Amino acid sequence: MTQDGSTPAEAVQVDDPASALALPRWSAAVGRGLLRALSTVQGVVAFALITLAVLLRKAGAAHRLIRPMIRREVDRSGLQLIPMFAFLAVALGLVVIGQTVSWLSRLGAIDFIGPVMVIAVVRELGPLVGALVILARVGTAHVVELGTARALGEIEVLESLGIDPVHYCVVPRVVGMMAGTFALTVYLILGAIVSGYAWVFLQDIPLRPEEYFRQIAVALRGMDFVLLGLKTLAFGFIMAIVTCFHGLARPIRVEQVSRATVRAVTQSVIACVVIDALFIVVYLTIG
Amino acid sequence: MSAAASPAGHRVIEMDNVSVGSLHRSGVTVLERVNWNVESDQFWVVAGHHASGKSDLLRTAAGLMAPIEGSYRLLGESMPIFEDSRMEARLKVGLVFNGGQLLNQLTLGENITLPLRYHRDLDEAEARGRARAVIEALQLSPWLDLMPGGVGRHWQQRAGLARALVMEPHLLLLDDPLSGLDARHTAWWVAFLGDLGLGKHAFSSRPTTIVVTVDSLSPWREVATHCALLEDCTLSSLGLLRGAEASEHPRVREFMAHRRWAFDPAPGI
Repeated sequence: MTQDGSTPAEAVQVDDPASALALPRWSAAVGRGLLRALSTVQGVVAFALITLAVLLRKAGAAHRLIRPMIRREVDRSGLQLIPMFAFLAVALGLVVIGQTVSWLSRLGAIDFIGPVMVIAVVRELGPLVGALVILARVGTAHVVELGTARALGEIEVLESLGIDPVHYCVVPRVVGMMAGTFALTVYLILGAIVSGYAWVFLQDIPLRPEEYFRQIAVALRGMDFVLLGLKTLAFGFIMAIVTCFHGLARPIRVEQVSRATVRAVTQSVIACVVIDALFIVVYLTIG
Repeated sequence: MSAAASPAGHRVIEMDNVSVGSLHRSGVTVLERVNWNVESDQFWVVAGHHASGKSDLLRTAAGLMAPIEGSYRLLGESMPIFEDSRMEARLKVGLVFNGGQLLNQLTLGENITLPLRYHRDLDEAEARGRARAVIEALQLSPWLDLMPGGVGRHWQQRAGLARALVMEPHLLLLDDPLSGLDARHTAWWVAFLGDLGLGKHAFSSRPTTIVVTVDSLSPWREVATHCALLEDCTLSSLGLLRGAEASEHPRVREFMAHRRWAFDPAPGI
């Protein structure tokens, strides 16, 4: 109580009613959002650690059941998407080469085609575009499948049978998505580089194929291969974890599955962009 | 069956002042101060109305939920069990869900063999071979390659029973297995579980301890040995079912009188 008998909150209202009313509402909304975001990050990190522990601890357990499931997931996250990635590779070659080479030739800077291809396709667009397409095609299916299974009590059934739901449901999806993201990104980059030259050829730019591929080979460094591998595996891991987390880790009702799918996709995109930003820092650090 | 039988008269379920929570409503207690002992080879029916806590009691007994309060031991092992090192003890209990609760992405055959494949590391053919006796006893052979959505509820329910039996449980818990079944299937279930309790099946040479939750005691008169009642958030153990038949307790009389039309159709039905 203050000297005039009012509570501190009442005293603030008397002194500055506008700020006393507006600021708490604004700050409360921000605070709630921040706490929700932190809670989600905490949940996803915990889920990732649990999955890693299960992945390592049960690596050989029930392998005659789990390995075929992993193969199915690799098939779903990899082989089945090859036609779509072939189309994307052609499109990416057009976007990057068709536009860039034309301008570089006008500026007389055709020698920069190699570095441009490496920076644009190998380091940035290839991994990110590949990851987002896999997220759209497979990540959404993860949330729907697991969310529906959870809502219908199937996860409870697994627990009653002594089957670890993370081992049975999450591990195959994580391994499949990591392998699929890595392999498809490599195919996407190779396809974009090859189709890129096709666009150069069609634009009648005086660049011989051996010179085109030599420039790219010179611009590529050993670290590009290492970081490309790490980045695509990180994308695959985080997308699988976030989508499985939203489908599996929380109680859910059937009518909430669509909302959980939207949330999982949004958070996966944010996570991939954050990982991409971290890799940009690494690229800039190592020059 | 290779698993050793529990000695007769051995405690299978020991609940001491257990409070049972709700699976779907966190923080809600559905049963309080449950003191309940089930011995090996007994056949219990637990009667209760809808939302009386039957399913939550079975989920706690199966080790899916920890008791809110009190202690629960299954075959001498403190429950629930989540550690891999104690998994064999956990597998001594089988739970049959209402409606079978099959995994929709798997065929009936894959659903049945799933626990064998996971815990015994078998391929599908080997697991089918191990489960053949159970599958034949439950007359499921024609349906094995169909998805759950392609068969009737009664076959899904039987597949759920087969999935629990392939792991040779010492204790079998069944959540309202007769709901939604017609007369023929109801009679089959009662007779089958009666024989299972006595160890009369070819795939089971030893008696199995059985607990069934029900909404009517009358179909079980010939096969069950003991009964209990769920009422007002408590479990009342009534002891021998034959003794309970003479009870003057109004709720017991209600559950005894409540006959499924499948067994004794009322005129006009």
